[in-house]
Amino acid sequence: MTALTVAAASSQIQERFGVGPSATGGEVSVTVPPEQWQELARFARDTLGCRYFNFLTAVDWKEQGLEVLARLDNLDAGVALTIRTRVAADRLRCPTLTGVFKGADWMERECYDMFGVAFEGHPDLRRILLADDWEGHPLRKDYAVDTPQAPYR
Amino acid sequence: MKPPVPQVPPPGWSEFKDLQEWEKYHQERADNDKTSEALSSIAEAIHHFPGGWIVTTSTEKIFNWARSSSIWPVTFGLACCAIEMMATFASRFDVERFGMVPWASPRHSDLMIVSGTVTIKMAPMLKRIYDQMPDPKWVVSMGSCANSGGPFRHGYHVVKGVDRVVPVDVYVPGCPPTPDSLMYGLLRLQEQVAQFQKTGTRPAPAEPA
Repeated sequence: MTALTVAAASSQIQERFGVGPSATGGEVSVTVPPEQWQELARFARDTLGCRYFNFLTAVDWKEQGLEVLARLDNLDAGVALTIRTRVAADRLRCPTLTGVFKGADWMERECYDMFGVAFEGHPDLRRILLADDWEGHPLRKDYAVDTPQAPYR
Repeated sequence: MKPPVPQVPPPGWSEFKDLQEWEKYHQERADNDKTSEALSSIAEAIHHFPGGWIVTTSTEKIFNWARSSSIWPVTFGLACCAIEMMATFASRFDVERFGMVPWASPRHSDLMIVSGTVTIKMAPMLKRIYDQMPDPKWVVSMGSCANSGGPFRHGYHVVKGVDRVVPVDVYVPGCPPTPDSLMYGLLRLQEQVAQFQKTGTRPAPAEPA
């Protein structure tokens, strides 16, 4: 079996999902709707060999919604795949990846903690870093840092 | 799940119900200060001897000298300042020659050196350790983070100065303070402790020479 190349990965994703990935250097970036989120991750793991779940985080684009992104690496071929999806600002729900990558568990808990994205199907979705009685999600753009929170600030 | 709406201007920290309750609790503790009661009864007993008033003034000096010469800091390291604090305790700087023994129990300690960033999640634990220490007790705020929040002051998770949680006697600036700075702060604290009276009033520190 020949090692995966960036061009091969791009064309396979194009063929399967019908979206055009952008490739720069050793990186492939692809955006899919939330319905194909799990399917894309499973395709990347099984077919493209991206078995290393690097990280999962989100970007707040204010009224344009919130972009959840995860980076999956094929360490043998040196190909990094960034998968992205966009959820609406008024409906922060995204399918979970815990069924595909076990390591997505705490990453999604952190994403929920900081951005308030509810991952549907997550086995244990609660705050991981902040205190249990914390109000709000601090990495959102509309979070006020000077929010009065009793009693220490 | 909507984030909280910012209030302009935000209410002061003293308006919160919890903190007021803690202050009340703290004041009640100060009234039940058994150490001060024992000292005052000893002083009154000596006062009944002929010429005892001369001895009384001297006993307070002796007690304060004893207190200031054996300040035991609780080992409570929070962040990178704790490394400098450990260096201060270690052989090169050796604050043990001032009678300061780092002690691993708050119940035997007189001093808490808050060495590092106090997060909002950590503040209740810090307050609990402070409450476990017997009176009289002192607090040294070490480093920019403990003094005011430091570089994390505009973050969402940091207490903007440990004096919002416990009363602070000496602030040591620096990021982190060198062992020399901390040692200077501890010597200033010794001066304060030496003047400590059973009324609980603490004199303003003298200007550095």
